[in-house]
Formats: sequence, C-alpha cells, structure tokens
Amino acid sequence: MSDKQKGDTKDEDLWADGESGHAPDAMRRRILAMAGSAIALTLVPGVTLFARDLQGKRTTKGADKGPVRYGLLIDARHCQTDCDACVHACQTYNGLSGKDGPDHAQWIRKVTITDPKTRFTRSFPVMCQHCADAACVAVCPTGASFKRPDGIVLVDKHRCIGCRYCLMACPYKARSFVGHTLTDQKPWAPRGKGTAEGCTMCVERVMKGRVPACVEACQKTGHKAMVFGNLHDPKSAIAQKLADVATTTIRADLGMGPSVHYRGI
Amino acid sequence: MATLQYREMRGNDVAYWGAVFACGLVALAGLGVALYMRMHGHHVTGMNNQIVWGMPHVFAVFLIVAASGALNVASIASVFGKAPYKPLARLSGLLAIALLIGGLWALVLDLGRPGHLLAAVLYPNFRSIFAWNIYLYSGFLMIVGVYLWVMMERRLAHHVSTVGTVAFLWRLALTTGTGSIFGFLAARSAYDSAVLAPLFILMSFAFGLAIFMLVLMAAFAVEGRVIGARLMGRLRALLAVFVAAVLYFVLVYHLTNLYIVGRRGIEAFVLMHGGIYTWLFWGGQIGIGGVLPLVLLLRRVPAERYARSLALASGGVVLGGFAQIYVLIVGGQSYPLQMFPGMIVRSSFFDGVVHPYVPRWPETVLAVSALAVSALIVLLAVRLLPFLPETLKDEAITPAGEAHEAPASLAVHP
Repeated sequence: MSDKQKGDTKDEDLWADGESGHAPDAMRRRILAMAGSAIALTLVPGVTLFARDLQGKRTTKGADKGPVRYGLLIDARHCQTDCDACVHACQTYNGLSGKDGPDHAQWIRKVTITDPKTRFTRSFPVMCQHCADAACVAVCPTGASFKRPDGIVLVDKHRCIGCRYCLMACPYKARSFVGHTLTDQKPWAPRGKGTAEGCTMCVERVMKGRVPACVEACQKTGHKAMVFGNLHDPKSAIAQKLADVATTTIRADLGMGPSVHYRGI
Repeated sequence: MATLQYREMRGNDVAYWGAVFACGLVALAGLGVALYMRMHGHHVTGMNNQIVWGMPHVFAVFLIVAASGALNVASIASVFGKAPYKPLARLSGLLAIALLIGGLWALVLDLGRPGHLLAAVLYPNFRSIFAWNIYLYSGFLMIVGVYLWVMMERRLAHHVSTVGTVAFLWRLALTTGTGSIFGFLAARSAYDSAVLAPLFILMSFAFGLAIFMLVLMAAFAVEGRVIGARLMGRLRALLAVFVAAVLYFVLVYHLTNLYIVGRRGIEAFVLMHGGIYTWLFWGGQIGIGGVLPLVLLLRRVPAERYARSLALASGGVVLGGFAQIYVLIVGGQSYPLQMFPGMIVRSSFFDGVVHPYVPRWPETVLAVSALAVSALIVLLAVRLLPFLPETLKDEAITPAGEAHEAPASLAVHP
C-alpha cells in the first residue's frame, strides 16, 4: 500500500472511529495545520517582498552630512506678487488638479505676508522645505515619509496608511492628503488616493540633471527668484550665494534644518 | 464578607436582543461608511487638508483615553488593595477592552488606506509615537485579557496582583502615549506641551470612571441588582477627585500658554473669540464636564440620592469630555499655523485664516459606530460570562472589621 493510500485509509478510519474521542481531535489538528500552512503560504511572499524592500536606502534620521544635499534659495525681493508661474508649472508637470478648495492638494503655493505695523509686504512660494530633521519623517508610524541621502523628503505611497499625522506635524502645511479619485496621473509623479503627498523637488528631473519645474518656470519669467542646487557643493551657485548674503529659513526656531532658504523676508 | 458571586446578565430578552441588534446595525453602518469613504475619497467628509482630523478622531481619542481610565477600578482593587472595589474589577477590565476596541475601530476605519495597516507592524518607525501606540494598544488588549483571565479563574487568583500591576503601569504608558500624539507636535500652538501627557492621564481617570459608573448603574438597574450606598459614596468622592484634578491640569495648561507670549493667540482663540470652540470650552468642558459634576458630587445629599447625583455627574463628565477633546483636536487645527509670527499671512491654501469644520454624515456615522462597537462588546460579554457581581450591597463587599457608618444598601433605579 502506498503512503498516499495509507493516509487515505487513516482518514477514513478517523471518520469511522469518530466516537473514540481521539479521532475528532486528530482531524481538528490536521485542519488547523492545513489552515496554518495556507495562511503562511499567503503571507510569506508578501512579507519577504516587504523585508527585501527594507534594504533600500532611506532614513528617518536627520542625516545632513552626505556629499549631496539639494536645496533652494528663494529671493523674495525678486518674486512678483502677481506671478504664480512656479505654482502652475508644478501643477502641470506633476498632474495636480490646480483647484484651490480646502480638500485639494497644493504642493507649492504663493504666500503673501504683511507686517501690520509697517505694511511691509512680500510674496513668495512655499513648498516642502525638505528639512534635515523633518517632523513628517519623525512622526510617520510606518516610515512612509522618508528622507533620501540627497536630502529630498518623499512619501512611499505603498507604505503610507493615510493616517495624516504628517499633515498635523508639518509646520509649513506642505503636506496634502489625496481625498479625491485621481485621473491623468503622470508616470513620473505617482500619487495615491488615501495617501499623503507633497513636493518631491521633482526628483526624477533632478536625477537627470535638470532643475525642478518650479525653478525652470521662474527662470523663464526672468524674475530670477529661485536658485536650485547642491547645498553641500561649495562650488555650486546656491552654496556660494548662501555664503555671500544673509538668508533665513521659515520657523528656524524649530531647528528642523530646512533646505529651502529665503532672502528678503 | 461572604464569597463574591458573579452571574451572567439575564435581563429582558426582547430589550436585550433589540439593543444588540441596534448596536450591530450601527457598527455595520460604520463599516459601510468606511467603505464609501475609501471608494470616493475623504472629500465626502468634512475633513480636508486644513482640518485633517475630525469627528472619528474625537471619538477615537475619547474612547481610547476612557479605556485606560476604565481599568482604574480594577487597579484600585488589585494594585492598591482596596477590597470594596474588587467585585467591580471584572467589569472594569471588560470596559477597558471594549472601549479601546471601539476607539481603534474609528481610528483604523478612518485611515486613507486601512488595508495597508500591516505596514505599521512590518516597518515600525520608533521615532513616531504613533508607532509606539500601536504596540501600546495591542499590548494593552493582551495584558487586560490575561488580567481578566486570572481574575475569573480562581486557581490563578494569586497572580491577580502581579498582572494587575503590569496592567496599571501599561495603562499609564498608554495614556502618556496618547497625550503625546499631540504633546509632541511642535508645529501647532495648541499642542506642543508636556502637560498634555499628564492631563490625558487625569482625563482618562475621570472619563473612564464616568463611563464605568453609567454602565454599572444601567446594568444593575436592568437586573434589579443592588449597589450599596457606602460604595456609591466612595465612587462619588473618587469621581470628584478626578474631575477636580482634570480642572487643575487644564488650568496649568492654559496658564502656561498665557505666560508664553507667542501662545496668547491660541489662548485668546479658545478662551474668548473662537466661536464654537469657545462655547464648547466654557459651556461643555468647564461647565458641564467640570463645575456641574463637582457640584453634584460634593453637595451633601441623602444616601438614597447618591445614585442619581452620580449618574448625572457621570453623564456630565462624558459630555464635557467629548467637548474637551473636540476643542483640543478640532479647535487646535482650526487655529492657523504660525509660520510667520506677527505677520498677516494669506495664500490660496488658507494660510493665516481660521479653518471651519462642519462634520458631514459619513464621518459622523463612523464616529458613532465606534460607540456601538464598544457597547456591542459589553452587551455580548456580560451575557456570556460572569462579569457582574450578584450584588454590591455594602455588607457583601466590605471586609469584616471595617466600620459600617454608611446607611443600608439601596436599590438603583433607572
């Protein structure tokens, strides 16, 4: 008799001997074992894939020591109040709706500040400040908010659970939550309904040696209000400018080390 | 003191199954709404990029805070050795579990991607208090489960004190973690305060005991079981101390903010011209949730009116608690972020303006369904297992030798 046949016979015996008191237990054990195996087989591939992904380079810590840290210098003195070329460029390039409602995403916006005592007014763009020690990265329970070694802060849409704690924690209101069904997504800017998102510093353009869409649009207007580059390269235009003129960062008191610097605010 | 007897709740079948059915229906409605939100996106709710957390979070935080507080009665018995509270310990543990599951129900179903929750277990970011809370919450459920087991299995009774102590310490950590969700947010003026962690612990004491009393009195009234006046007197005093302690910490929180010049804006908003938030603060949180319960609990009343005053005070604490958490969570977001202190700020993304929040039906149904889930768990559990003592007559629960200056036992009527 083959093993299989033996097993079959045993099974039949078990059913036949149901009143002995042992058989149902053995049967239950087999069913439990099969269920356990099925669960394990279902979960293992996914868990393995997740675990492999852990090898990727990402950090939740405030690393600011690498050879590359991309940043922006925004000269508010040159930014025109009635110009929003940077905002439109971002929306067009990244496939955002461009709608202004409170539930629509805005990765970059023009902010106008006025000193109530002196009437001093400035208008300038505000986006994710790609902080060295970003609050959004610190509070994210899954590490979906992460920082690349080059300083760009991104959201891994596969890991984001949509808790919105990053929206609560960001001092710059730079994060948005996707509350609408998405259409016309751009392949280079994947988004996800039910996940958080924000300025990516046009990472795929930067990887190809180009500047972010907002910076390019600003350059086209001739206002020269935005400079992009590697903050850690002393020869870069942005590093030299920062070494030469007084600049500030928004909410510098929080000590998060933004990589977006402002002049004239 | 005779041996304590516990008995499953029997009650009126029609009323009981009616309540179970109603709670089940509301819980299912919550599940359906969560699916609706997932399919259409959160734009169908009143929450948005300005008011990020709304009604589901108010209910979830209230229930989670109350859950840890509901366990206090058991802790008083097994950690601090107060015998009269021992008969209440099982219900205390059950409520702790039921309220926490209800709170998590709203929290998880409101997620943008609830199906991705496993990511929080696989990739915990331990810099995030949220990640810690996932372990604190699940650990709490397990520890209280074991706590109930050793309480209900007489052969394991000698472990009650040890497990009770672990549960007590764990619940302190849990509420600290919940308070720190807000306390660690440096960006927002209403939060960013170490006082929030101890304030949440005190809130949990008050909210948890209030809900515990309401459930206990309702169950005993339905069953015609008796709660002793002496025990009622103790619980009245205990709730009064908790409510007073919450008021004290609220005072410290606001005084600290008023002293810090940069925080005066948010204080003026909450205390004076915040519209609904100011009303909820003074009328709900302070009036109904603080002053009214204190008056009811501290006023000398005949023993036969203990139950009435305790029930009213507990109701006030629960309503005031919801108001307090609404003011903190929604009011705290409604007040604009101070990106440029001292400047007038405007933008297309509502910088510098007070954000309105009008809860819509989907998130309201989801929030209320959390209460239904908690209620459903309690209803089923008290029917299946002996959580409730046969009696809470003073002579039945007070150890021999203790003074019996309190009046005779009183039946509780609804």
